Amino acid sequence: MQNDPIHSEDDAGRSAASMRSVELVVAGLIFALGLLVVSDSWRLGAGWAEDGPQAGYFPFYIGLLLCISSAVIFWRGLRDRHSAAQAFVTRGQFRMVLALLIPTLFYVLGIYFLGIYVSSILFVALFMVFLGKYHWLRSTLVALGVSVAFFLLFEVWFRVPLPKGPLEAALGLN
Amino acid sequence: MEEISALMHGFSVALSPFNLMLMLIGVVLGVIIGVLPGLGGANGVAILLPLTFAMPPTSGIIMLSCIYWGALFGGAITSILFNIPGEPWSVATTFDGYPLAQKGRAGAALTAAFTSSFIGALVAVVMITFLSPLIARFALQFGTPEFFSVYLLTFCAFVGMSKGKAMKTVAAMMIGFALAAVGLDTVTGQLRLTFGFTELLQGFDFLIAVIGLFGIGEILQTLEEGLAFKGVSAKLNMSVVMETWRELPRYWMTSIRSSLVGCFMGIVPGGATPASFMSYGIAKRFSNNGEAFGSGQIEGVVAPETAAHAAGTSALLPMLTLGVPGSPTAAVLLGGLLIWGLQPGPLLFVEQKDFVWGLIASMYLGNIAGLLVVLTMVPLFAAILRIPFAIIAPVILVICAIGAYTVHNSMLDVYLMVFFGIMGYVFKKLDYPLAPLVLALVLGDRAEASFRQAMLVSQGELGVFFSNGLVGSLTALALTLLFWPMLAAAWAGMRAGTLR
Repeated sequence: MQNDPIHSEDDAGRSAASMRSVELVVAGLIFALGLLVVSDSWRLGAGWAEDGPQAGYFPFYIGLLLCISSAVIFWRGLRDRHSAAQAFVTRGQFRMVLALLIPTLFYVLGIYFLGIYVSSILFVALFMVFLGKYHWLRSTLVALGVSVAFFLLFEVWFRVPLPKGPLEAALGLN
Repeated sequence: MEEISALMHGFSVALSPFNLMLMLIGVVLGVIIGVLPGLGGANGVAILLPLTFAMPPTSGIIMLSCIYWGALFGGAITSILFNIPGEPWSVATTFDGYPLAQKGRAGAALTAAFTSSFIGALVAVVMITFLSPLIARFALQFGTPEFFSVYLLTFCAFVGMSKGKAMKTVAAMMIGFALAAVGLDTVTGQLRLTFGFTELLQGFDFLIAVIGLFGIGEILQTLEEGLAFKGVSAKLNMSVVMETWRELPRYWMTSIRSSLVGCFMGIVPGGATPASFMSYGIAKRFSNNGEAFGSGQIEGVVAPETAAHAAGTSALLPMLTLGVPGSPTAAVLLGGLLIWGLQPGPLLFVEQKDFVWGLIASMYLGNIAGLLVVLTMVPLFAAILRIPFAIIAPVILVICAIGAYTVHNSMLDVYLMVFFGIMGYVFKKLDYPLAPLVLALVLGDRAEASFRQAMLVSQGELGVFFSNGLVGSLTALALTLLFWPMLAAAWAGMRAGTLR
């Protein structure tokens, strides 16, 4: 991938985070989730009422198992020297992942404001121009084609309404 | 033979022109889904599920299950031509499939893969035809303790069979259960784990989780490898097909073995992926030229493909008869049943004969259609993969977003999908299994309900799960599977001790 601007930078192979640190962070998050479940189940009552098990009876043990399993994973991760040297993701890979993830976040936020069709056009076209290095005209045509195809498929054929924004309102397509 | 007449009735249901059309659409869509990165059986079916809400349930399940068959076939195309497993269960197919393609025998490898898939599926469907009525009849005697012990068996099997990562399996599964518990508790009417957010009242929908975990997560992972696919081109003409078909009977023993491994692994919730690896390993060990495996042997394609397709198909057996899906895709189909207002479980075989037998008949027809479609349309599907990733990736994300939105017409689901996508990416890289998470999320409420009812009956005595022979042996089997790695290690230790 020599002509790929994202990959060709010289530090692309360096580790962005070690396997062990991500492992520990994730185990910690799962433990926190476990505590959350246990505490909320305790609040609801994790015992036995007159009419049977209380609302927190089942989730309480779920939370407990979450805590126990994540603690074991954390403990094993701490002692694992091998995974400390391993890369969870290299910088080059991480850049690729972010190059998709960040536009995706803007895209799903855009659906709320612009409707799904307009934001899909923008998302596909911009993605093709900036990451695929396509000509803007070709990108726009592909993006338009995709959105029109989805519009026909969902709104016309299957009659499933998707979120629409100001443009559709102006065109009277709502 | 009661089953034969029921099956004939099923064919009469499935053979309507409308259903045949859906079958064909389903298979073609399924192969495309199987070929595309980021779209697979589970999330493909999840995305298309809302489109079937308006159909009669039988037509809906026929189309969705055909998408699943298509995806099972499609995985082999990318493995052989591009060395990229389109689905996790076709990883083992790359071992010998890609070397064959490099040697210029791509057509033979593809024919072998498709034909073995078909044979694996056929064995599994025949098994489903004759075994499922028996199991359903047997399961009609089940009470709530029995049902809970079946759930327990499912989840314990996951833990016991997760080699060396039992704790991660438990953690992933419990996340699924915890997510399933969110929302209104139907028994007491109390709110659980909502923390004042009214949006969480309905809880988490597993379809959103499936689309995010398997869709976005896989796209992110594929992206790490870069934006280009390099593949071998394939021509598939009749003479190559006939030539390969003449060669295939030589591997009849491998086919039988792999079908059995696949059927077994599909019924117990091991799933298609371990079945394909296991079958490849067994074939390599028993084959006359086992050392040559990995250098491009037809037999090395036959073994994993037969097992994967047999497992993928037989995963529907426990889903239909007990309401316990054996794979994430079967779980999504089960979710479909619930949405269509059908209660999965043994009563289906009594109350919804048209539905059950229509589905089973469509399995025969769908796999025949699938074989014909893939054999004739390989160049078209390979061309899809040649579309640059910079176009495919955003389009697949748009499809995922639409799929997530249409489940409940809610924007929150789209945001959740992205969150699940990041989670899926991280979990996959850290080797947390996703299948138990999805299954726990699907079955969580039902497992809890059966547990509570059983506990109510017994007034809180856990002994109810050993109260009769049936439930006792199910529970004992579950616990054996749960502690299987430890038992196996102890047994090996004892044997080593006596030998010394």
